[in-house]
Formats: sequence, C-alpha cells, structure tokens
Amino acid sequence: MSANRPLSPHLQVYRLPLTGLISITHRMTGVLLSMGLLLFVYVLLAIAAGESTYLDMQAFMSFWLFKLVYWGFVYALFFHLCHGIRHLIWDVGKTFDRATMNRYALIELGCSAILTFAAFLLF
Amino acid sequence: MVEFTLPQNSVVKKGKTFKAAGATNIRNFEVYRWNPDAGENPRIDTYEIDMDHCGPMVLDAILKIKNEIDSGLTFRRSCREGVCGSCAMNINGKNTLACTKAIADYKGTVKIFPLPHMAVVKDLVADMSHFFEQYTSIKPWLTNDAEPPADAERLQSRDERAKLDGLYECVLCACCSTSCPSYWWNSDKYLGPAVLLQAYRWLADSRDTNDQERLDELNESFKLYRCHTIMNCTDTCPKGLNPAKAIAEIKKQLVQRDHS
Repeated sequence: MSANRPLSPHLQVYRLPLTGLISITHRMTGVLLSMGLLLFVYVLLAIAAGESTYLDMQAFMSFWLFKLVYWGFVYALFFHLCHGIRHLIWDVGKTFDRATMNRYALIELGCSAILTFAAFLLF
Repeated sequence: MVEFTLPQNSVVKKGKTFKAAGATNIRNFEVYRWNPDAGENPRIDTYEIDMDHCGPMVLDAILKIKNEIDSGLTFRRSCREGVCGSCAMNINGKNTLACTKAIADYKGTVKIFPLPHMAVVKDLVADMSHFFEQYTSIKPWLTNDAEPPADAERLQSRDERAKLDGLYECVLCACCSTSCPSYWWNSDKYLGPAVLLQAYRWLADSRDTNDQERLDELNESFKLYRCHTIMNCTDTCPKGLNPAKAIAEIKKQLVQRDHS
C-alpha cells in the first residue's frame, strides 16, 4: 500500500445541487448571524447608554455600508428561519422525495425573499 | 477534518492530449490520471473520441480509450448494466455509474474523475476498503434468535416485503457516500449515506429481530448524526434511491424509542 496516494478532487469538481448549496448557505448564515448579534448588542448598549450615544449609533448605522450589512442580516435571519423550518419538516420524515426536492428549496428561497421585502416595507 | 483544498501531492496538473486523426464527429473526454509508479502529481489527459465509432454510454467511451488509444488507463467495470456498482465515478461534477449514463446526456467536454475525496489507487480506481469496513460494521446480515420453520423460509407478508423496496436495490457503488460533504470531512467516524441506507434496510426487515442492538450501535453523534440533510446523496444516486430518507427514518426510530 502506497502511503503517497493522492486524494481525489472533491469541492474542486463536485457540482453541488440546489439543496447542497442551500445547506452550505444555511451554515454560513448561521455564522454571520452570530457575528451580527454583536452588532445587535452594540445597538442595545447604545440605547441603554442614553441619548447622545444613541444618536451616535444612529448616525453610524445610517452609513450605506452598514445599512447593507443590516439588510443582509435581516435576509440571513429569514433564510435561516425558512431552512430551519424545512429541517423540522425533514425531522418528521417528510419532503424527501426526489421529485420535489428542488421545489421545496425554491419555496424556501422565495419565502425568505418575501419576508425580507415585507420587513423592508414595515420598517 | 474540514479541508477545502487538496494536499500538495494531489493537486491536479495538465496532461497530454490524444488526437483522433481523421475523425469528423469528435467529443473531448478529460480523464483524471495518476500512476503510482511515476512519482508525479495527478494530471488530466484529454482524449478526442470519434463518436461515429463509439457506443452510447460513458463507459463505452472509457473502454474505447483503453482498447484503442491508451491501454494504461485503469478503472473498474464489470456488468455494464448498473447492477454491480463497479464503474462509479464523478462525471461532469456528479457521481454516477459510467455504464448507465449516456454520453448524449452531456453537452461538450465530458470530464471524468474518480469518486470524490477518496485515496486514489490508480487513475479512476479509488480505495474502497474503508467504505466496505464500515459496511461490515453494521452487520449486514439477518439476525433472528428464533428457530426458523423446519421446512420453510421465514415468511413475510406482502406489506412487510414492500418495506424493503427502495432499500434492497442498493448496489453499494458509493456514489452517494462520496458525494456527501459530511462524509468528505468525517469519513473516519461518520458511516455515510450508503452504509446508513443498508443499516436501515436491516432495521426495516420484518424477519430481523436485532433492531434494539442495531439502533444502540447507530445512536452516536458521529456514526449517524453527522448527516445534516444536505441531500447530495439522494440527488446523485444512480439507482434512484433515497438514502437521506432512510437516514431520517433511523433518526425517527431512535426518537420514538428513546423519547416517547
């Protein structure tokens, strides 16, 4: 047995199906949401610390780049929620059919976009 | 362990091109090559195939390369009709059996790699020993302490037999397991979709009375619960089976047994 055997290509060649892409996005949004929570705590701290810090925070958060981060956070939240619900449905043993796999994935993506848009209209 | 890039000795280089002189109807086949005796990195060789003189399946093209162009090309094949599972490989980014996959299903160049994230023995041949050790670990045989009837088989009702449909057809080609990122990163401990589908096949068998022990054996954070429902397994299975669903059924059985 040769110890020098190469490892065959994996991520380099594999074409992930939609469900696979959604799964990795679920992971990534989970990490991003955890980091986003720090920003959320900063906002809460600013509110608690009084008017001047609150106004500073508001000015800071109104900068376009942070607005983008903020809306990214909201989308990540809804996407993570939708795929979380998908996981709950999977956990009872349903929606595994090969024929409907992609349809449910598209519903998830659609719902998270609609929820983000609805949040945008509300706030 | 999660490692996104290939180790130094596994990085794929560009290889040779074999022209098909005089042919008019040409398809390019890019094939992963690695020779254990050469001491070099793996490479991609390109073969021009004269489609006017080639069978319809990807395996036909690979056989044509071996027979007429480059006899050194190494791969596994046997039944050429999707029941032996030998010719599993990664074709244009998805794992499948070369013998049941038509070349016409692809456009342009056909890119052929060994099953992903496996130790390569030579060219398209991956080392399957660990995979089969894992298969052995789930005790893939019927266990029943009761004496069988003296002059008959252990009988099943039609409904009991129907529960094995979608499970018994598995040919252990490992397309699903080697499509699974969880299996890529944790194959040392995670059993992977193919072996778990087999584990469920014995749990679902009405003649097998070893369910409790089988469930105890699987009830472990790595062996079973590294499945994160990524669904690559179900997406790629060349036999149209559903390993992800089988795994979910095992998880369900465990919950019903331990938490109800």
